[in-house]
Amino acid sequence: MEAILDIRGIRKNYEDLVVLDHLDMQVKSGEVVVIVGPSGCGKSTLLRCINALERIDDGEVVLDGKVINPQDKQLSKVREKIGMVFQSYELFPHKTVLQNLVLAPVIVKKMDRKEAEKEALRLLERVGLLSKQNNYPRQLSGGQKQRVAIVRALMMNPEILLLDEITAALDPEMVREVLEVVLDLAKEGRTMIIVTHELSFAKAVADRVVFIDGGRIIEEGEPGDFFEHPKTERLKKFLHSFAYE
Amino acid sequence: MGFEVLLKGNNLARLLGGLGVALKISLLSVCISLILGTVLGSLMNDRHPLIKGVLRGYLEIVRIMPQLVLLFLAYFGTTRVLGINISAQTASILVFSFWGTAEMSDLVRGALSGIPPIQYESSMALGFSDFQTLVHIIIPQIVRRMIPLSINLITRMIKTTSLIMMIGIVEVLKVGQQIIEANRKSDPNAAFGIYFTVFILYFAVCWPISKLSRYLEKKWEA
Amino acid sequence: MISYFPKYVEAFWLTVRIGWLGIFLSIVLGIVSAFTIYFRIPVLSRITGAYVEIFRNTPLLVQLFFLYFGIPKLGLSVSAETCGIVGMGLLGGSYMAEAFRSSLGAIPKLQKESAEALGMTSFQAFFRVILPEAWILSIPAVVANVIFLLKETSVFSAISLMDLMFTAKDLIGLYYDTTEALFMLVVFYIIMLVPVSAAGSILEKRARYKMFGE
Repeated sequence: MEAILDIRGIRKNYEDLVVLDHLDMQVKSGEVVVIVGPSGCGKSTLLRCINALERIDDGEVVLDGKVINPQDKQLSKVREKIGMVFQSYELFPHKTVLQNLVLAPVIVKKMDRKEAEKEALRLLERVGLLSKQNNYPRQLSGGQKQRVAIVRALMMNPEILLLDEITAALDPEMVREVLEVVLDLAKEGRTMIIVTHELSFAKAVADRVVFIDGGRIIEEGEPGDFFEHPKTERLKKFLHSFAYE
Repeated sequence: MGFEVLLKGNNLARLLGGLGVALKISLLSVCISLILGTVLGSLMNDRHPLIKGVLRGYLEIVRIMPQLVLLFLAYFGTTRVLGINISAQTASILVFSFWGTAEMSDLVRGALSGIPPIQYESSMALGFSDFQTLVHIIIPQIVRRMIPLSINLITRMIKTTSLIMMIGIVEVLKVGQQIIEANRKSDPNAAFGIYFTVFILYFAVCWPISKLSRYLEKKWEA
Repeated sequence: MISYFPKYVEAFWLTVRIGWLGIFLSIVLGIVSAFTIYFRIPVLSRITGAYVEIFRNTPLLVQLFFLYFGIPKLGLSVSAETCGIVGMGLLGGSYMAEAFRSSLGAIPKLQKESAEALGMTSFQAFFRVILPEAWILSIPAVVANVIFLLKETSVFSAISLMDLMFTAKDLIGLYYDTTEALFMLVVFYIIMLVPVSAAGSILEKRARYKMFGE
């Protein structure tokens, strides 16, 4: 199948520090790619470069055969097609759950409000939060906020979904409720790039796991091979740091 | 106790009229401060060293100089130094706006820097343009943070306007003084009743506004 | 101009004396009020609560007029200077109470519990742990209040205290030396407030370092 997202040799520096080092990566439609790696390896920066929240110093990101250009006046049109969920949820604190969900479809996509609300309620029910539609974000638990944030991204019906350590700020008992939503999306055939530290989740959800270190892809493969038979020393060492023996 | 004098003639009405003068001056100054302060506050994060320096100097003057000293400077000083004669009312509106604008701009700067950059990013990631982000995401949040604080500024402005009697404006305290003088013989204790009433009047105006400010602050606490 | 100088110096000391005595009084009053509210002492906490509301919502000038001209009619006569100190103390006390109360309230309950878990009595936990932390936390608000109160001293002339404002107004009225009179007024207020403002920012910086290490 044709790659929907094509990352070609992107490079990103913060002054002298090389964060992404001529990195290439393709994602096919319907594929779930999980990115793992040590802190500061550039995995979150990679996601932020894909939807041009960060400017890249070299290379290009191609979505649907079109180059994403940060200077493009139509950048917001491109971003509509890329959903993103942040570690810190970033719901809009001055709006209720339902208002959070319909704001972008109504303002950005000029969708009919009634229709947007119908869709929002359908999705809320799916993630088990229908009863919270009129609550404000501050009244929700972290796990609930994150589920709302996922729904908010889905409301734009994006072609690809970027999840940036979405469970890293959550209490352990809330991690599962969020990850189950993501598993559900994977089953549905959503294209996703997921950055996470939850290795067992990665194993369950990924079609392909990518290990990044020092701004480059060190190793990638199907989850079975990736976790059971790592080939490189660096990946072995990384996986080992999660094990208690 | 000296309260009887209030009911004599139109004394109470005169007192309320005096309060009206103070309130009029404070409301005018508040409006000017809100507008200028918002503009200035948005400039405050500007990196230009000259703008930064001038603004800091301005804030420091307001922080250190008593409002009454500023009132004296504006009222007595302008005639002498600039050769223009301004009325006491104009002088007080000028000074209170000068002071209020500084306070307001600091509030706006604080509210602006209190919104994490990732709020902008999450909005852009949803496809909002810069302008839409500003209108739908950022400004509503700032307004919510600002309203309780601005209301608070209103009560402080009202309290501060009591100073205008010191440059000869006939406001509530001055009216009180006049009533006490006029009734010195018949009501020797008028000072107690009148000043107590003025005290209560100020409280009756400021307290509900403070309450409202605190209520909104709690309600909109993120 | 030189001939007025001693007058200003005299007025300066009067203003400083009343100002700082008033501030001292306001800190004492503020601490007492904050304690009664923090510990929810019955009856007393209601009285201090009302006191804080009343004095925070009225201008000092009006408070002073009531104290100086109104109260004597009840047969209780006080000197202008005492009146100034008491007035400043009452006004400042209500602001200080609010500062101390909110910083006491900001200390997490867990701090008290962890101190008690270490074997301290609740009395020890309060005086050794909660209070020192709250004190540091309240420094920015206290500094702001001190500057605010020193500025408020400017209204003392209204109750015929011969402070800086009084002297300036006097000279303007008597000799029409407006420029000089205003110049000296500004200079003396700068002398009075700039050191306090500078010391305040140093104090705040050190407090922040102690609490947050930055």
